[in-house]
Amino acid sequence: MNDNNQYCTFLVDGLLFGVGVKVVQEVIRYQQMTMVPLAPREIGGLINLRGQIVTAVELRRRLGLPDRADAAKPMNVVVRTEEGAVSLLVDEIGEVVSIDPSTFEPPPETLTGAARALIDGVYKLKGRLLLVLNTDKAVNVC
Amino acid sequence: MREREREEMDDFDLVKEFLVESYENLDRLDQDFIALEIDPTATEKLASIFRTIHTIKGTCGCLGFGKLESVAHVGENLLSRLRDGTLGINTEITTALLKLVDAIREILHSIESAQTEGNGDYSALCATLVRLNQAGTAAEADHAAPVPAAEPIAVSMAVMEAPAAVEVHAVAEAAHPAEDDHAPKAAENAEKKASSGDSVAGNAIRVDVELLDKLMTLVGELVLARNQVLQHTAAQQEPALQRTAQRLNLITTELQEGVMKTRMQPIGNLWNKFPRVVRDVANACGKKVRLEMDGRETELDKTIIEAIKDPLTHVIRNSVDHGVEAPEKRRAAGKPEEGCLLMRAFHEGGQVNIEIIDDGKGIDPAIIKRKAVEKGLITADQAARMSEREAVHLVFAPGFSTAEKITNVSGRGVGMDVVKTNIEKIGGTVDIQSRVGEGTTLRIKIPLTLAIIPALIVTSGGERFAIPQVSLLELVRLEEKEAGIELINGTPLYRLRGNLLPLLYLNRQLKLTNASKASGENIVVLRAGERQFGLVVDQINDTEEIVVKPLGKQLKSQAVFAGTTIMGDGGVALILDVLGIAQSANVMSQHTDANARTAVHQNGAASADKRTLLLFRLRDEERMAVPLSAVARLEEFDRAKIEHAGNQFVVQYRGKIMPLINLSEVLGDRRAKARMSRRKKTESAAAKAQVVVYTHQGQNVGLLVEWIVDVIDEQIDVETSGVRPGVLGTAIIKGNVTELLDVSAIVQKALDTMGPRAAAACELSDDLLSEPVARAA
Repeated sequence: MNDNNQYCTFLVDGLLFGVGVKVVQEVIRYQQMTMVPLAPREIGGLINLRGQIVTAVELRRRLGLPDRADAAKPMNVVVRTEEGAVSLLVDEIGEVVSIDPSTFEPPPETLTGAARALIDGVYKLKGRLLLVLNTDKAVNVC
Repeated sequence: MREREREEMDDFDLVKEFLVESYENLDRLDQDFIALEIDPTATEKLASIFRTIHTIKGTCGCLGFGKLESVAHVGENLLSRLRDGTLGINTEITTALLKLVDAIREILHSIESAQTEGNGDYSALCATLVRLNQAGTAAEADHAAPVPAAEPIAVSMAVMEAPAAVEVHAVAEAAHPAEDDHAPKAAENAEKKASSGDSVAGNAIRVDVELLDKLMTLVGELVLARNQVLQHTAAQQEPALQRTAQRLNLITTELQEGVMKTRMQPIGNLWNKFPRVVRDVANACGKKVRLEMDGRETELDKTIIEAIKDPLTHVIRNSVDHGVEAPEKRRAAGKPEEGCLLMRAFHEGGQVNIEIIDDGKGIDPAIIKRKAVEKGLITADQAARMSEREAVHLVFAPGFSTAEKITNVSGRGVGMDVVKTNIEKIGGTVDIQSRVGEGTTLRIKIPLTLAIIPALIVTSGGERFAIPQVSLLELVRLEEKEAGIELINGTPLYRLRGNLLPLLYLNRQLKLTNASKASGENIVVLRAGERQFGLVVDQINDTEEIVVKPLGKQLKSQAVFAGTTIMGDGGVALILDVLGIAQSANVMSQHTDANARTAVHQNGAASADKRTLLLFRLRDEERMAVPLSAVARLEEFDRAKIEHAGNQFVVQYRGKIMPLINLSEVLGDRRAKARMSRRKKTESAAAKAQVVVYTHQGQNVGLLVEWIVDVIDEQIDVETSGVRPGVLGTAIIKGNVTELLDVSAIVQKALDTMGPRAAAACELSDDLLSEPVARAA
């Protein structure tokens, strides 16, 4: 089994996203967050990950999707980046799936807005599409 | 060639070790040369210099650094004659040898960065060294030993031309046989001679700084874990668990301090290079300057030492170049020809003070003003309104250079403003005082460490924030909301002891939504560079030692935050960047500038003589004052927490036992004891005890006072006649006769008379910390 074809999946506003398992450091449930005043709106806050302070990026806002309902608590997908760990705030964690590389296609033309730039491509799974998120671009909030 | 390269890769660790060792030796070399010039008879210095150069030559021969070897070789020849006494040392020789040291350093740097010896041309230097050596020979015709002078020069020329490493190597090998074999023997002798005089610390080991940094991070995490454990166990009834948690608490605190200490280095390590700098600059400007150092052992975090290296060097060069006058001018002014530059370092109030004092011509405010107007930094009108002190501070203005003519030493217009910025970047401050004709004092205050800092935790808009204590001046509480807060053009101001203090509301500044529901206002008075401002927060929580963690890349651009930290409950708090907040809110704008300016004006030139005093009351309304600089901290303890150890009142403070001194008692007031019993009831009524914490030889000592009254900035006339022991003098402050307390005498006396058990308990924790610790490499 090739690690390169394994994807950790999660849901954001009903869309199924995936990031390569190698990039994912860990997946954790909702964490208490400290908000950062004056920060870009895509920044969800700071979480304490066993003594390490990790910036959380609100993927819904990063992708230009509507905000989560107030009561709903996001989950954390902590990914490794060049500047250390960053958490991606998602709605729901899916499973780790193995993908047949031949089902890959470039981002569909119909995809619009901010999401377009952050998606490397699409895998056609049975009955649903898996959007491959470019984590380096996703965490690059400035 | 291939094989050679591979070998070099294998040898890389060896090379690294060689570099580290050589750098260390070279630093010492600079000092030795200067010492030698002052006292040419110090032969043990010569022996040590010779040994260093010989070691470098020998090692680089083994590692195949031919160019370095040949340069070192010429120097060694000259040195060996100096050491044998067949040649006398003079300025020319010293200069040449110092240049040799520079050349070696340059090559070492090149080896470090590019793994090659670089293509610097050292033939002129080699020629000079050989010439000096030969000059000696010619003068002493009876000196029979033939000096193989021509050989090294030829070698070095060849080396300079050789482009490929392999050729260099070949040349270097060719040089081996040419080397006269009395050198190694001489080196042995030198080592024997020197081994008695030069003490090398045998119980120190070299540790990679990266490892120390890692340890520091781990300890930071341990501190947080400890805090959480303590919080959870507090709710548990299990005594064994409680005990273990307490033990964990103590061990963690000690471990933290221990690891912090490993990162500490004496400032002397940095200062070692300054005698050389002073000498070079003085020689270049034809001046005579003596450098004195005081407090070399003062310790600072390694990262801070690194950060102040360049600013300090610049200041030193400046002092010699611009501060100290030429010998003839000094003579004319009735001063000794030799100028004196004094560097002092000492700890004070949890910070390190560094002073650079010269006895030169001082800074003339009139000249400064004229220059500033010429350069368009200020208008003539502004200049006329400026006080002398402000004018002197203009040297910190960007683009200001006072040099009458631009020298190659300093005066290129990048100067003191960079020094100031760099010092402020690490949370320090720079101050300058000068008297025309008498000299200039530059005072730098910097924090001890950047990794773990004391901070004030405040709440605003429901969020916690940490404010570094170094920026904190005082806390003001207004009982009624907005009482005493005035608005000018919508800008809130508060009158603090007659001076207008611009106010910022933290929640508005950070656009926090939750409005404060608390009654009254809490103003945190902060210092941002030269300015002061008040930060209004919802709640002031506590002071804590916090572990500073950097902000993620996404938030780096936030100027108002300096970093983050993890609180005892595991939550994350942001650390405020006081300077950043002030700038983002335009506290530094012209409007407030003008305010500050007039304030300075009113206080006038007297400000230099003013002292900041902490006023407090003892029982029976006795008013006392201590210089605020002597005070480490003000604390309030529950009276119930004050315990006895022997005859001594003590309190647990920051994981240690802090002895408390009852001032009324120590001051020998006979009535005090009688009053003590009478006072018992009222004491228990006031559940809190006010304590002035003073740090004495690394140990905290608390002075019990009745009531802390105020902090004032005032010019006082001290009357010293007829005072009781423990008091320096009396003065009239705010219309009341106030005694100035001699804190160090009182603390010393109290520690002397303290019960042996209490003293032992206090010293125990100190001893544990003063165990020899590994030094950073």
